[in-house]
Amino acid sequence: MTEFALTDFAVARGPCDVLRDINLTVGAGEFVGLLGPNGAGKTTLMRAALGMMPHRGHSALAALSARDRARHVAWLPQAREIGWPVSVADLVTLGRLPHLARGQKPGDADRAAIEAALARMGLDGFRTRIATQLSGGEQARVLIARALAQDTPLLMADEPAAGLDPAHQLGLMDTLAAEATRGRSVIASLHDLGLAARYCTRLVVLWQGGIAADGPPQDVLTPDLLARVFQIRAHVQQTEDGPICQPLGVV
Amino acid sequence: MTRALALVLVALIVALFALSLLIGPAGLSPATSLAALIRGEGLAETLVMREIRLPRAILAAIIGAALGLAGAAMQGYLRNPLAEPGLLGVSGSAALGAVIALQTGFAAQFALGLPFAALIGAVLAVGLIIALAGPRGGALTLILAGIAVSALAGAFTALVLNLSPNPFAASEIMFWMMGSLADRSMTHVWLAAPFIVLGAVVLLAQGRAFDALTLGEDSAASLGVNLSRLRLMLVLAVASMVGAATAVAGAVGFVGLVVPHILRPFVRARPSSLLWASALGGAVLVLAADIAVRVVLPDRDLKLGVLTAIVGAPLFLHLVFKTRGQAL
Repeated sequence: MTEFALTDFAVARGPCDVLRDINLTVGAGEFVGLLGPNGAGKTTLMRAALGMMPHRGHSALAALSARDRARHVAWLPQAREIGWPVSVADLVTLGRLPHLARGQKPGDADRAAIEAALARMGLDGFRTRIATQLSGGEQARVLIARALAQDTPLLMADEPAAGLDPAHQLGLMDTLAAEATRGRSVIASLHDLGLAARYCTRLVVLWQGGIAADGPPQDVLTPDLLARVFQIRAHVQQTEDGPICQPLGVV
Repeated sequence: MTRALALVLVALIVALFALSLLIGPAGLSPATSLAALIRGEGLAETLVMREIRLPRAILAAIIGAALGLAGAAMQGYLRNPLAEPGLLGVSGSAALGAVIALQTGFAAQFALGLPFAALIGAVLAVGLIIALAGPRGGALTLILAGIAVSALAGAFTALVLNLSPNPFAASEIMFWMMGSLADRSMTHVWLAAPFIVLGAVVLLAQGRAFDALTLGEDSAASLGVNLSRLRLMLVLAVASMVGAATAVAGAVGFVGLVVPHILRPFVRARPSSLLWASALGGAVLVLAADIAVRVVLPDRDLKLGVLTAIVGAPLFLHLVFKTRGQAL
């Protein structure tokens, strides 16, 4: 089943359309990097597709009930909020809420999902640590573990790599790519073209309210598109480690 | 640990409730008191126990529970340890209703005139808040609406005091606003209890939503929480509980702020557990405070709201101090 499908999708803010005529379908096993300059509508696209903003056209996710949606998609907003000094284990357990009936305690399946999520984010030793006392990068990993514990076929993340050190950026992208290899769909908005080129199976570039390009990284990151959309020139090369995209200067 | 906490709090409530029944100016021995309460031995003693001390103890417990629970819910919804039930402006508006009833003489017309007027004030405040904050707004619009309603109620209360015909009327109003459980009857219990129980049932059912809100509004929504519905439930339930509590006891401050703050470390900071813990803790605090006002200055009619403020303000300072320490 295709979780993420937008048909003739449009989002208006006030009188003008921020996004229009969007047709986008993401299948299982795809790791989609959502690119675009600031204000291109990456966050708007994801939030509206989730039914959190008024929109026109059809979104498969928005059409679901809130409870069904929570079992189909895990959403990681850009703001990394942890409101209370709860333990890492308690925080990751929140990801299991959509799978629990009212008043039901987490069972074996839930504990297994929580353990797997903690292990995949390298948080085994962090279980009893207080989440609000961790560093920014550690908090980001805890929140990603929460989304993984939700164990949904689709994972959507808004700039998950922002504010992480290089090792953790690479580790995060490895994790997301691995989730896609396991058969999940992953959609992440990214600003780092290098990370996007290297890890994503498919790039979607938003520009001027529409999709400017959609395809495998080497087909999307052309000198023409980089100059037109991002106003940069970059060195793009196929290597044995995958495609490399290194911005060189402003056009 | 949470089970131990629940046991301790329940044991404290039982002990303080019993103590509250045994203390009073009538100076009855514990044996006489219990005989009068349970078997109805002695006309005067039975009257004292069943019509004065029992309603007072019950009101202390349910009003404390209402304020503690409402405070924990407000803090959970706003993800702010400085939030308190009065933030919605409902207690201020209920006080305004009561003050108008005292001023116009409506309170003297029949026994429940004052609490009814206070409840009407609370209902009007809820309508105003919901109209101001709109159906889809977030937490911020709710706070702003609450502050606006609070300010309005405060201004009108000041106006009523300003225009009061004589110093006696003004002082009657002032004393009522300090909050007290003295001389309340079972009628007051029957008036307040339904609103408080209803609000408590609604709020305790929202535990999961408050837990999910730890991650912020967007994440909570993606976990299946209906934020608009949660906000409406919160406003109605808090208003119902705080409006009823203010209507029968006047303004009892700091309970809703301090109790969740003290108990948070004992429930591993989980907002859902904090709800029931704060309800029990609020009952403990108000029962203890209401015993204290009778023991500390038995002849001077020390007001309950004054005592909770005197105890609560230093705890609040401690909270500020601790927050400052964390920021450094």
